[in-house]
Amino acid sequence: MKRRFPIFSTLIVLLAAAYFLIPLFAAFEFSLHMKRGYLSFAAYRSVFHSDEFISTLTFSAVASFAAILLGAILVVPTAYWVRLRLPKLRPVVEFLSLLPLIIPPVVLVFGHLRLFGTGSFLPLTMSEMGTNILLVMGYVILSLPYMFRAVDNGMAAIDIATLTEAAESLGASRWRTIVDIIFPNVRSAIVSGAFLTFSISLGEFVLASLLNRPAFGPYMVQLGQDRAYEPAALAIMSFALTWLLMAAMQAFANRKPGQRLLPRIRSSASTSKAQ
Amino acid sequence: MSFLTLNSVKKAFGANTVVKDFNLSVAQGEFVSFLGPSGCGKTTVLRMVAGFETPTSGAIGIDGQDVTRLRPNQRNIGMVFQAYALFPNLNVAQNVGFGLRVARMPKAEIDARVDEMLRLIGLRDLGERYPFQLSGGQQQRVALARALAPKPRVLLLDEPLSALDAKIRVSLREEIRSIQKQLGITTIFVTHDQEEALSISDRIVVMHQGIADQVGTPFEIYNRPTTRFVAQFVGTLNLLDARVLDAARGHVQVGETPVALNRSLNGAGEAISLALRPEVIALGQREGHDVTLSGLIRDVNFLGSVIRVRMEVAGHSISLDTFNRPDAPPPAVGTKAEISVAARDLLVLAD
Ligand SMILES: Nc1ncnc2c1ncn2[C@@H]1O[C@H](COP(=O)(O)OP(=O)(O)OP(=O)(O)O)[C@@H](O)[C@H]1O
Ligand SMILES: [Mg+2]
Repeated sequence: MKRRFPIFSTLIVLLAAAYFLIPLFAAFEFSLHMKRGYLSFAAYRSVFHSDEFISTLTFSAVASFAAILLGAILVVPTAYWVRLRLPKLRPVVEFLSLLPLIIPPVVLVFGHLRLFGTGSFLPLTMSEMGTNILLVMGYVILSLPYMFRAVDNGMAAIDIATLTEAAESLGASRWRTIVDIIFPNVRSAIVSGAFLTFSISLGEFVLASLLNRPAFGPYMVQLGQDRAYEPAALAIMSFALTWLLMAAMQAFANRKPGQRLLPRIRSSASTSKAQ
Repeated sequence: MSFLTLNSVKKAFGANTVVKDFNLSVAQGEFVSFLGPSGCGKTTVLRMVAGFETPTSGAIGIDGQDVTRLRPNQRNIGMVFQAYALFPNLNVAQNVGFGLRVARMPKAEIDARVDEMLRLIGLRDLGERYPFQLSGGQQQRVALARALAPKPRVLLLDEPLSALDAKIRVSLREEIRSIQKQLGITTIFVTHDQEEALSISDRIVVMHQGIADQVGTPFEIYNRPTTRFVAQFVGTLNLLDARVLDAARGHVQVGETPVALNRSLNGAGEAISLALRPEVIALGQREGHDVTLSGLIRDVNFLGSVIRVRMEVAGHSISLDTFNRPDAPPPAVGTKAEISVAARDLLVLAD
């Protein structure tokens, strides 16, 4: 029996796609109209030539990378230790990691200001560096739900406890086990967590603007108020960047051990020899 | 001279005492199996030898050294796990060489040793493969090579064959045994499969509720079980209740039939249990069988070369095996029959 063409589901997919793609296309189309009468990439050129664009993007990128690093250093050993030694505490830790989704960033930043503001025991807001540190800490917190989940899932996929014991019985120290065995096996999970962290913190607005940092998020909002065509160009570019990151995440997450991101020419010869 | 010793080792998890007063000494190069039902503490004892658990009390020694408080990575012990536990990020050769790299062996020596180990397990051509590209049997052989590569003092295997299918299980257990003999490595092998334990061990430790019930060669364990548990757990066993008439001369009564055991039963109570294996019972009389009991045939199973007969004797169900003979058809169900057995084959069970 031949299956009938699924008209209904196709229709739904087309509708959903249209809902998403038409505004995107409209924005793209609009962004090309900066020069009256013909289509051009003038809006994009204008964005790229703005010093503020470069400086805010750099600032946000650096802050995001710092957040990724700090997040990984915080989350990987924690997730490892909880799985290995404190499995009963896992639900608690998981709940804690989800809190940033429940508590709005505004609350978070006011909490930060109360705790680290002028006159507190650690007045981080008094210096520029201190405020930057606060911002990065805020990003770590915001990305915690994604980072923890990604890494914890990565650890669930391999039998952490038995692998640790296998490595130890072969003479490896705890440190060596983490570096040589645990870390490489959850690397793709860390990378997906990192991409999520990056895409959250790159365009983040609330924390950056309340801490008054020259970040990319506030710049985009400001530009949206001041200009007409450039914000559309920016929106399209940030979409492109997000998709690029998603694609990279997929590539890393689905990689088998020993497999290159791009297949090597030589590898086919060596596997055929092995058989 | 014993190489590996466990001295009144005890282990409790909270209020739950899992291993109670466990004593064992294993000679160098010996292959010892731990056999017992699920939850009897086999894995726990093994993990204490490996150093993954610390005994609540007692001592463990290897080659004269007290290792009770030593960390696992300082014990120089090879371990093979039920779930293989190969490192997924390393290929076969790197897995096998891991322990050597940790020990900072020079690269050339590592390569030579890895090659030697891969040849030993017959997987020389698969060094470049990753664990996910191997079958279960191949993975477990790699795990064995990985454990053996750093020349450990003791090899521990925790149900290494349970995850494999029946055919590979048999061939791999023989391979493990032959490699073990070749290297002369002291080995503890945990299993709950009695056939596995009986077929490859020098000695078997039958465990029950955290205690080593009996330690002996497979032949001793099977033919001369000292406790009711061992007798019942290993092989098929028939049990008969008997009443002691004269303890000193070994006279007992089974149902209405007097039986002379011809050995002293001093110390046994008024009521004892007699145990007998299906293969020591003959249907009808046979030379040398001095004990005869009568019963009713309940069931006959023709299995080909062997015929398994189930009888009711003095209120007990008794299984016995006879060989098939083309000139003698099997007995009919429901008829009366006599069985005979040699008095020395009747085991007296202590509880
Ligand atoms: N870490 C632990 N905490 C608490 N109880 C434990 C722990 N490890 C084992 N036990 C208990 O100790 C007992 C013995 O466990 P063990 O794993 O040694 O049994 P086993 O003989 O290996 O059984 P199996 O054949 O099922 O593997 C079990 O009742 C188990 O629940
Ligand atoms: Mg076990």
